[in-house]
Amino acid sequence: MSGVRVLAGTRKGAFVLTSDGKREKWDVQGPFFSGWEIYHVKGSPANPDRIYASQSSGWSGQVIQRSDDGGVTWDPVGNEFSYEGTPGTHQSFDGTQHPWKFLRVWHLEPSLHDPDTVYAGVEDAALFKSVDAGKSWHELPGLRTHRTGSEWGPGAGGMCLHTIILDPVKPDRIFTAISAAGAFRSDDAGETWQPINQGLLQEGIPDPDAEVGHCVHRIAMHPSRPDVLYMQKHWDVMRSDNAGEYWNEISGDLPTDFGFPIDVHAHEPDTVYVVPITSDAEHFPPEGKLRVYRSRTGGGDWEPLTKGLPQENCYVNVYRDAMAVDSLDDCGIYFGTTGGQVYGSSDAGDSWAPIVRDLPAVLSVEVQTLS
Amino acid sequence: MIRVVLPAHLRTLAKINGEVQLSVAGAVTQCSVLDALEAQYPMLRGTIRDQQTKQRRAFMRFFACEEDLSHEQIDAPLPELVTAGKEPYMVVASMAGG
Repeated sequence: MSGVRVLAGTRKGAFVLTSDGKREKWDVQGPFFSGWEIYHVKGSPANPDRIYASQSSGWSGQVIQRSDDGGVTWDPVGNEFSYEGTPGTHQSFDGTQHPWKFLRVWHLEPSLHDPDTVYAGVEDAALFKSVDAGKSWHELPGLRTHRTGSEWGPGAGGMCLHTIILDPVKPDRIFTAISAAGAFRSDDAGETWQPINQGLLQEGIPDPDAEVGHCVHRIAMHPSRPDVLYMQKHWDVMRSDNAGEYWNEISGDLPTDFGFPIDVHAHEPDTVYVVPITSDAEHFPPEGKLRVYRSRTGGGDWEPLTKGLPQENCYVNVYRDAMAVDSLDDCGIYFGTTGGQVYGSSDAGDSWAPIVRDLPAVLSVEVQTLS
Repeated sequence: MIRVVLPAHLRTLAKINGEVQLSVAGAVTQCSVLDALEAQYPMLRGTIRDQQTKQRRAFMRFFACEEDLSHEQIDAPLPELVTAGKEPYMVVASMAGG
């Protein structure tokens, strides 16, 4: 019997939502880590019982939690994130140089093959790795110490490494994205990195097509076609067909090309989803209508998906890590809002229903497809 | 035994009910009490003070005997009532909110 487990991180705890393959009735468990901010919860593709969670608070900093039983019980593991060597400086909001300082883990990316190996993207931007199931962490310093590092600056949410994509075909290839530095690729398992921002145009920086300084919000890939990347940037929806060497705009007929999440259908590599948001100042859907947009052509042509979603007086946001797909035969897609709703679709976005309506603001949504 | 009171969010994290009882070798100071606390409950490392610098986290405070010790020397002896186990050493999360 197949099933689905949705892992929702919120401002005040984590929730585990489970259903069978029909995805009609849901069991809601939580809050776990009540009162703490849960930036991300993600399960291991190699062992679905192994789940990692990033737990943090303004009082007590960063904690990493691990479950070995599919999210029923949890134990704190290692939380020491020390930059390698003497951290340098990076640009601050006012253009002055500030020392790198660890604040929190934004994103956890478990290895595709080893449940004990997991990567962490942190603020201030750096990439860490654990090979002992989260007990200890070491930095892969080649990214932070890239020659452009001192030019990186924070986005409004901080200087965070929020996207980590592991290439399923080329095991040494890793993609990351940093707000507001841009996208980077390593072809040697994280030792060295190159910016992959050609084709991006960034408003608000002196040189709009600079090597770095781009506010990339999210990158997505379909595992069957890892050289094709989709990007939701601060403004603009972009696509690369050559592993980030060059990006082309695919915003097409979207009502606005500002937004945060982007994801790809589990079985159709050319079917892409975004949630347009009015603007960088107005973090809510245009016209108060919550619409997911779907392109079946790899971008350019988009259709609004509205059935079951509020089409009036809706002013929530959907954060960058708060959309995910399952891999059941009829692909399911899920997203969480700042209003505390988690919506699900079991027909690839044609229709939607709330799984739960009144959680704290949702920071992240991940999905595990269970067999 | 030294009695330590933790804020609710750290009691939950460490899976503790009520006060913590600690045996502290040598001089009883804020530093030695926190060292003993973190040795007994490793998951608290980094949640009260920075793991490398041992600096108190900005929104955590230390009280004992109705005094705020947050800005005292961390190697200074704690009050005798704390050393004798008659008063707790309190780790407090600063009030925040509206």
